[in-house]
Amino acid sequence: MTDLLDPLLLSRWQFGLTTIYHFLFVPLTIGLATTVALFQTAWVRTGKARYLQITRFIGKLFLINFAMGVVTGIVQEFQFGMNWSDYSRFVGDIFGAPLAMEGLLAFFLEATFIGVWIFGWDKLPKRVHLASIWLTAAATVLSAYFILAANAFMQNPVGYQLDEARGRAELTDIGAVLTNPVSLASFPHTIFGAFMVTAALLIAAACWHLARNRGEDTMRPILKVGLWMMVIAGVGTVLSGDQLGLVMVDTQPMKMAAAEALYNTASGANASFSLFTWGTPDGSSELFSIRIPYLLSFLSTHTLDGTVEGLNDLQAQYVQLYGPGDYMPTVWITYWAFRWMIGLGVVSILIAIAGLWLTRRGRAPRRTWIWRIGVWAFPLPLAAMSVGWIFTEMGRQPWIVFGLLKTQDAVSPGINGWDVVASLVAFTLVYGALAVVEFRLIVKAIRKGPGPDPSDDDASQDSPSLTTTVY
Amino acid sequence: MDLATLWFWIVGFFFIGYFVLDGFDFGVGMSLPFLGRDDTDRRVLINTIGPVWDLNETWVIVAGASLFAAFPEWYATLFSGFYLPLLLILLALIARGVSFEYRHQGKGLRWTRWFDGMIVVGSAVPALLWGVAFANIVQGVPMDADHTYLGTLLDLLNPYALLGGATTLLLFFTHGVVFVALKTDGEIRSRARRLATRAGLVTIVAAAAFLLWTDLAHGTLASWLLSAVAAVLLIAAVLANARAAERTAFGLTAATIGVAVLALFSALFPDVMPASNDPANSLTIANASSTPYTLTVMTWVAAIALPVVLAYQAWTYWVFRRRITRELIPAT
Ligand code: HDD
Ligand code: HEM
Ligand code: HEM
Repeated sequence: MTDLLDPLLLSRWQFGLTTIYHFLFVPLTIGLATTVALFQTAWVRTGKARYLQITRFIGKLFLINFAMGVVTGIVQEFQFGMNWSDYSRFVGDIFGAPLAMEGLLAFFLEATFIGVWIFGWDKLPKRVHLASIWLTAAATVLSAYFILAANAFMQNPVGYQLDEARGRAELTDIGAVLTNPVSLASFPHTIFGAFMVTAALLIAAACWHLARNRGEDTMRPILKVGLWMMVIAGVGTVLSGDQLGLVMVDTQPMKMAAAEALYNTASGANASFSLFTWGTPDGSSELFSIRIPYLLSFLSTHTLDGTVEGLNDLQAQYVQLYGPGDYMPTVWITYWAFRWMIGLGVVSILIAIAGLWLTRRGRAPRRTWIWRIGVWAFPLPLAAMSVGWIFTEMGRQPWIVFGLLKTQDAVSPGINGWDVVASLVAFTLVYGALAVVEFRLIVKAIRKGPGPDPSDDDASQDSPSLTTTVY
Repeated sequence: MDLATLWFWIVGFFFIGYFVLDGFDFGVGMSLPFLGRDDTDRRVLINTIGPVWDLNETWVIVAGASLFAAFPEWYATLFSGFYLPLLLILLALIARGVSFEYRHQGKGLRWTRWFDGMIVVGSAVPALLWGVAFANIVQGVPMDADHTYLGTLLDLLNPYALLGGATTLLLFFTHGVVFVALKTDGEIRSRARRLATRAGLVTIVAAAAFLLWTDLAHGTLASWLLSAVAAVLLIAAVLANARAAERTAFGLTAATIGVAVLALFSALFPDVMPASNDPANSLTIANASSTPYTLTVMTWVAAIALPVVLAYQAWTYWVFRRRITRELIPAT
């Protein structure tokens, strides 16, 4: 019974669940803000009514999603102190700075100009109004940078010194923290990933309408933008993921070994990448596997004959370095999370390439199952995103700050299990209910589509009431 | 003044910004059952804060994050010690935030009324609990030598803290209703004015009692003076409102909140969180703060960003300065 009420275990579950949930909305916020800005720019430049329709249509999806990103984000910010107060004491001197910068430089900008954009349609000159959505979009990307820099410190601490007397890490070089190689690599990877998620939503919305022969002149451009966005962002995600892998081998070799369930150090052809392993992926009882020789070596070192360190050797090294203990993450999670991330992403890209082929030069497949794939492929990149983070964060265990502080020493000493049970249950229920509402609203907004061409209907365009009051 | 002390006041400034700005959002939210006679009225009310509630709420994120960056020990003790009240605040902010966006997206009056209820509760709960939290900070809480909070939830709900909560609840309510009078027109405007006078009178009583208690128990010369100023400002606000000087009245309720928070921070100084069981365990500006290097970095960031932030936020308020009326609300 006491085990179930362990504040550490409960806090880990709560933090994991709430961050994954927060990160269901963040990629869409980042990608949709930019997409809206692009279409609105097209409208301001060309004056074509359909670009305005598209702007409003995607803008509506953006707003439904945005509200959730905001309210779930505040929870994240508070949890560092609520559940991880010893962590906060240990890293606050360093970790607080990027969070405060994110608030001052990015969140303020974003929260202010989103209001200006929503309510400002008839109050501002067209170009000033357009600038407000661009500022919002820029702020979402900026906020991602700061939060990833904070996270990167946990993966690869830099720019600090230890103060033994006060038992904390202290900042010595803010430049090093903000240009951590891990954040430089994970930033493009995450942003490209966010655009893949966004592309999937655009594709799904367009396919739903086109399958029903509706909204040809608005849905075609949306589909086209979506498909190209998926391919370009997909290639970007793969290339940047490759870079991120190199950095990871450098900073956390244990994570790469865990990603491949590689127990013993291997090199060259033996450092093979297993696509699929049947049996237990602990190396002892492998029944069947498909392996690509050299690939693991190549991924880890960009050479064919490189050496990849195995879990057992690393474990022995870490015991030397940090004292007795178990330094391996949960291998089956990292192993499968890594594969699912890559697999789901690659499938999404292939679907988009097929889509580009099938719709080339105005063609349209007649079979509905083809359109349906476009609709139902929507969750794939989103799922890739979630498992990518599960891989990153679980692969870091048992450390909360790699090499400096263990997760078990980070939890708030003052909280008791029942408090965390209360919050975990409350968040689960509220988040669950909101997920249902949010999903239904998004589906409803997509089905409703962009509505009539505004230029057909002067009354609705000129009436100030449509935009002065929104809620 | 050393950097840590400077940051004590900067954190205070962020909380003043949060309470002054989100304070009237809470007040408008709580006023729905009093001023919103039908759905159109309620939409008028919600639209008065439509463009700005998100930016106002962001002040709490900045306040929290700057607390984290400048006083990690304070952030850690406060947030883990006040676990359940903060949980309730978070749930309330979630309910309120999504309801503004979602109330008009569904069909039927039941859907809308459901979200309106969440706006009311989601506004009242933080308005109450922030007062409870700050009163407890000023009063001090039991903690051990590692600054870990030793009490329970019930210890936080003591009479002084509850009076503090009642004060912020009433103060934000009045502040919000005065804002409604300033931002609407016609019948709802005059109803708001009448309600503000009545709410203001009750608020004066509660605030006077709370500030007096604060100063008698924890006061310094500065906090006595600031409390007196806050009381005068609040009385002046009620008078201005009775005379239909809406802009002045709103300026005065805003100033009341600002000065009252300053009074609390002065009563706290130079502690940031006194230990009620043993003063040796208290968190002070000196033992809770970050290193001078971190504070220097943060000072530069704040010095560069804050003027810009304040400028564009002021501009936003100016863009949306027009009054909202029933005629502007489209039929559904
Ligand atoms: C659409 C989403 C998506 C897709 C298709 C991929 N990834 Fe990814 N990946 C993420 C989304 C993501 C992520 C969720 O955004 C992560 C979590 C942390 C981070 O920075 O990005 C991530 C983390 C992550 C890490 C861990 C970094 C660390 O722990 O330090 C590596 C090594 C890779 N990725 C590599 C790849 C490779 C080689 C891919 C394809 C061939 C790939 N990713 C596709
Ligand atoms: C947004 C994408 C993210 C996701 C989906 C995610 C997911 C997770 C998961 C699943 C855990 C639980 C791991 C475990 O307990 O074994 C976790 C832990 C944690 N993550 Fe993340 N994370 C994300 C980003 C971040 C960022 C940006 C930060 C910091 C700025 C962060 C800080 C933490 C902390 C403090 C913990 C708790 C301690 C721990 O268990 O290691 N996470 N996260
Ligand atoms: C555990 C880590 C995280 C914390 C503490 C956190 C904090 C927050 C907060 C407080 C908000 C609300 C902002 C507002 O009210 O305007 C928010 C929203 C958002 N966050 Fe997170 N976040 C985390 C993970 C992430 C990650 C990993 C990213 C990006 C890569 C990210 C990017 C965003 C974006 C783009 C939004 C959209 C809404 C907005 O900024 O207003 N967040 N986050």
